[in-house]
Amino acid sequence: MELGQMQKSLQDYTKSLFVEGILDSQFLQLPQLQDESNSDFVSQVVSLFFQDSDRILNDLSLSLDQKVVDFEKVDPYVHQLKGSSSSIGAQRVKNACVVFRSFCEQKNVEACHRCLQQVKQEYYLVKNRLETLFKLEQQIVASGGMISAMDLGF
Amino acid sequence: MDKGFSPVGLRVLVVDDDPTWLKILEKMLKKCSYEVTTCGLAREALRLLRERKDGYDIVISDVNMPDMDGFKLLEHVGLELDLPVIMMSVDGETKRVMKGVQHGACDYLLKPIRMKELKIIWQHVLRKKLQEVRDIEGCCYEGGADWFTRNDETHYLGGGEDVSFGKKRKEFDFEKKLLQDESDPSSSSSKKARVVWSFELHQKFVNAVNQIGCDHKAGPKKILDLMNVPWLTRENVASHLQKYRLYLSRLEKGKELKCYSGGVKNIDSPPKDSEFSSGHQSPGKNSYGFSGGSSLIHKAETDPKQLASSSVSDPSDVHMPPKAKKSRIEFDPPISSSCAFESLLPWSDVPDPLESKPTILYESSFLQQQPLLPSQSPYVANSAPTLMQDEMKPSYETCVNADAFLMPQDKNSTVMILQDLALPTPYAMKLQEASSNVTNDTESILRSLNWELPESHHSGFIDTDLDFSWIQNEHFLANTSGNFQNFQFQDYSCSPSLLSELPPHLWFGNDPDECTLMVDHGLFIS
Repeated sequence: MELGQMQKSLQDYTKSLFVEGILDSQFLQLPQLQDESNSDFVSQVVSLFFQDSDRILNDLSLSLDQKVVDFEKVDPYVHQLKGSSSSIGAQRVKNACVVFRSFCEQKNVEACHRCLQQVKQEYYLVKNRLETLFKLEQQIVASGGMISAMDLGF
Repeated sequence: MDKGFSPVGLRVLVVDDDPTWLKILEKMLKKCSYEVTTCGLAREALRLLRERKDGYDIVISDVNMPDMDGFKLLEHVGLELDLPVIMMSVDGETKRVMKGVQHGACDYLLKPIRMKELKIIWQHVLRKKLQEVRDIEGCCYEGGADWFTRNDETHYLGGGEDVSFGKKRKEFDFEKKLLQDESDPSSSSSKKARVVWSFELHQKFVNAVNQIGCDHKAGPKKILDLMNVPWLTRENVASHLQKYRLYLSRLEKGKELKCYSGGVKNIDSPPKDSEFSSGHQSPGKNSYGFSGGSSLIHKAETDPKQLASSSVSDPSDVHMPPKAKKSRIEFDPPISSSCAFESLLPWSDVPDPLESKPTILYESSFLQQQPLLPSQSPYVANSAPTLMQDEMKPSYETCVNADAFLMPQDKNSTVMILQDLALPTPYAMKLQEASSNVTNDTESILRSLNWELPESHHSGFIDTDLDFSWIQNEHFLANTSGNFQNFQFQDYSCSPSLLSELPPHLWFGNDPDECTLMVDHGLFIS
C-alpha cells in the first residue's frame, strides 16, 4: 500500500473512533503535547493507560468475586478507572464506569457484575482500536511518512 | 502591580496516583513553562514539601489517592506550608467541590484538565503573595523591603535569580502609602493605620523602653516620645508594650514556656465579655471589640498598671500571663500567629506551664506538626482571638534575642499549655479556650467570621475552615522565613494576613473607646 493510501486509512480509522464515541476530544490533546523532546509521548501515555487499567480491572474483578462484596473497595477502583480512562479520552469506558458507580452506590452485586463486564468490553475495544491505530502509524513512519496531529483528521 | 511578575518557572508539585494523568499533567505543566515535580503518593508529596519548604510555589493534587485522602493532604499543606493547593478530580460533584473549598483549596479542576486551566494557576500564587505583601506594608518597611524582596526571590524562583514574583521596593512603599492614606482618623469608619512592627521599629521600641529603664515608668507616652517615630501613636505603643511585657513574662517562666504564646494568647483573648474580667476591664480600657460582646479582640491596655492588676484579678484568665489579656491586633495577626505557632509546636503536655517543655523550634517542629484536628468546634470560637494573640509571639521571641530588657515577672500567670495535644498553637489554644471561655457569642461571631471570608478557602465550616485559614497564614510565615530569628517582627508582614482585610478599626485596639469589632469583615481572609 502506498503512503498516501496508508495515511488516508489512518485518518479514516481515527475518525471512526471518534464517530463511534470510543474516543473523545481529550485524545486529541495528547498529540499536542508531543514534541521533539518526547516523540512518542502519545504511545507512552496510552501504554501507561493500558498497564494501569489492566491492574485496576484485575483488582476490580477480584473484589467483586468475593463472597461478600465490599463496595467500599469496589467503588474506588471504579473511580480510578473512570479517572484513568478520562486521561486519554476513552469515553465509552468512562461512561461505563459512571453507570458502574451508580450500581455500586446501590450495592447491587448483580448489576455490578454486569457493569464490570460492560466496562471490560469497552476497555478491550478501545485497547484494540488504539493498538491498531498505532500499528497503522508505525507502518506509515516505516514507509517514510510522517504522522502529525492533523493526520488524525480533525 | 508586580512589574517583575512572570509565571515562568513557577514551581509546581503535582500529586496524582494515576500514572497516566501524572504523565500528562507533567507534560502540560512543562508546556506552561513551569518547573514540575511529580509525585504518585500523597505521603511522598508531603515529604518533598517538608524537605524543601520553600521549594514549591503551588501544589496540584488529586482528590482520591490510595495512601491519603487528597483533602487531608490539602490540610497538611495548608497548615504547614501555606501553599496554594489546587484539587483535581474526575468527579465534579458539588459536595466534593465544596469539600475542597472548605478544606482550603484555591481551586478545583475537573478532569480531563485542559491546558488553558493550567496556564493560569500562577494567579493563585500571585494572589497569595500579594495578600502577604499587603500585610507587610507599613511604615516599618525600610528594613523589611530588602528582606522581603530577597525572600521573595528565593521563595518564588527557588534561587537567587531575578525576582519574577517578588515585589519591588517601590511597590511596597506605594502600598504603605495607600494604607496610611486609609488611616484617616476622622473617617466615619474610623479606620486606623495598621501598624506593622518591623524589626527596626521594634528595636526602637525596645531601646526606648530600655532607656526608660523600669517597667513601671515605661509608659507608652514616654516610649513613644523616645522612639521618635512620627506616625506612631501612643496607642500603638501601648498595645505593643503590652505584648512585649507579656512576652517577657513568658520568658521568665522559662524558655520553653515560649511555646505557650499560643496558649497564652489564647488566654489573652478569651471570648469574654467585658463583664467577665471585671478586674481588668475598666471603662474604656479594655474593650473587647466583638459584636456580641465576646472579647475576642482585646484592646490594648493602655495603662500598664492596670494590666498587671487586671490580669491578676481575672479568675478566668488564670492561665494567662499577666499582661496577656490585652493582646493586640495591631500587629498583623497572621504573622504573629505563624511565629507563635512555630514556637508553640513542640508541645508535649498541657497541664503545668512551668514544667520543662520542649524547646521552641521555630521551623522544623512546627512544620512537622501533624495535621490539626479538623473539627473541633470549641476551637473555632477561639481561633479568632488566638489569631490575634499569636502575633505577639514572634516579636517577643525576637525581643528576647535582641534585647535583654526584662520586665517584672508576673508570677500569677499560669499559662496553660495545650502542648499535650501537640497541636499547632491555634488549636491548642482553642482547646484551652474551649473548656473555659467559649461563649455562644464568640462562637456565633466566629461563625459569622467564617462565613464572611470572601476569598477564604475555608468558608463554610467553622470547625475545619476557621482553623485552617489562619493556620495557613501562620504556616506561610514559617514557610517563607528561612530563619525566624531574623525576621521577628517582619514576620508579621510576610504572612498572609488573616486579618488583612479586616478594617483597621476592627482590630486596632488603640482606641479605648472602641468597643465594637465588626466581625463581619471577613476576619480570616486567606
